Amino acid sequence: MSGTSLWREAAVVAGKDLRIEARARVALGQILPFGLIVILLFAFALDPDRGVLTRVAPGLFWIAVLLATLLAVGRAFAIETHHNARDGLRMAGLDGGAIFLGKAAAIALQLAVLEVVLGVAVIVMYGVDVHGLGVVLITATAATVGLAATGTLYGVLAAGLRLRETLLPLLLLPVIAPVMLGATRAFEDGLGGVPGDAWPWVGMLGVFAVLYTTIGVMAFGALWEET
Amino acid sequence: MTDVGYVIAGWGIAAVVLAGYSVRLVLRIRQAERDDAPRNVKP
Amino acid sequence: MERDELLAPIVRRIVGVLTIVSLVALVLFGLWGAPTDEVQGDAQRVMYLHVPSAWLAYLAFFITASASALFLWRRTRADVWDRVAGASAELGVMFTGLALVLGSIWGRPVWGFWWAWDARLVSTALLFFLFLGYCALRRIPSSDPVGAAKRNAIAALIAFVDVPIVHFSVEWWRTLHQKATVFNPQLNPEIHGVMALTLWIGTIAFTLLYVYLLDRRYRLAVLEHGRADVELAHAIAERTGVKAGVT
Repeated sequence: MSGTSLWREAAVVAGKDLRIEARARVALGQILPFGLIVILLFAFALDPDRGVLTRVAPGLFWIAVLLATLLAVGRAFAIETHHNARDGLRMAGLDGGAIFLGKAAAIALQLAVLEVVLGVAVIVMYGVDVHGLGVVLITATAATVGLAATGTLYGVLAAGLRLRETLLPLLLLPVIAPVMLGATRAFEDGLGGVPGDAWPWVGMLGVFAVLYTTIGVMAFGALWEET
Repeated sequence: MTDVGYVIAGWGIAAVVLAGYSVRLVLRIRQAERDDAPRNVKP
Repeated sequence: MERDELLAPIVRRIVGVLTIVSLVALVLFGLWGAPTDEVQGDAQRVMYLHVPSAWLAYLAFFITASASALFLWRRTRADVWDRVAGASAELGVMFTGLALVLGSIWGRPVWGFWWAWDARLVSTALLFFLFLGYCALRRIPSSDPVGAAKRNAIAALIAFVDVPIVHFSVEWWRTLHQKATVFNPQLNPEIHGVMALTLWIGTIAFTLLYVYLLDRRYRLAVLEHGRADVELAHAIAERTGVKAGVT
């Protein structure tokens, strides 16, 4: 299959998922408010008066994003179970790699919107200053691609299984722990510290994103057929 | 001997875990072999 | 290649006897033969179990990943690799858990605390959860054994790819911001000859135990697979109204 048709098919799949979201508004109406509630709860857990919140804001932000990722991935594969949508995609003769890229792109886009809203909430409510906006944006991009790629990969792995709702977090969280670690450290450098210190972490996030996107393109077809 | 409690705890936990796993494994194999027995009788 | 048994009966018996002999030797050397460590005191005796456990954890996961790769490669695809991968992962999780607990028990008297955010500890803990998830995935029954085996093999490899990333990110995290305080050279003096010997005995004993348990766990997987086949045949027979014949 040629490269252009891979991307075109991926765009079709992403467009399909995003259109479903536009109609059902599950990410916007449920996952996003969930993320905001988590941000609010952290303030209850760590008394805002002690100044802890501002210092640990990057970590709290990424925890909230990680939890939202679990929901977004679950949702992305739940829509395939309705009315045999999966068989429809299979019949359409789409390449496994294209379906992977499309679904991952749709998840990444939804996560990006979520991160913008949660980011504004954290800046406003936790009183965070942004020193290196460029570093923060690049970190968020690399981390989001990594999260979307691993999420899509594990989403299809657990799809169709009994107990998938409880299995997915156990499978996914240890794998994306390095993303959590790297993105938090890079955000710390980008927000309050020396933005230049963030680059090794951004590099790690980039390697993670490329690695799991590649694995996803290669392995998704086999997993999609089996489950 | 110093830190006797820690030494006993460490060796005790290791012994219980390893022996427990091994014994449970052997018992499960026996049970499975018993369940399988009629099937192994070739006509 | 289809195998009912992983090891030939004679080999298994030899491994079993050697395992018991080496475990007895480990107990004798670890608790009496080896001298008391001058710096760490007798708490260091826990190390004779901790170090072999940690080694076995890595070996077991490496074998899980290798067996999974062999299963995915069409020319070597065989049920034996799927079962070895599953058996080894289960043992690996057990040894990883043991290594973490024993490390903690050793750390309390020697470091003064149960847990330290040391790079090796953190990455071992993540490794534990990584393969615990894999074992949970394997336990979910499937109506399509080949598909499930393929899925499990891919899952093992995806998890294994994460191991170096976890290792390096955690290493950076703990060394960029603070110097290692836990592994200062004074706590790791020249190892006494008998101590080194005891560590070797422990490593050999645990490796033999691993081989023996791997063989047994494999056997159990074969038996359970056979039972699942019978149950499936019965279920089909019930639905189609044909009496299930004893195969």
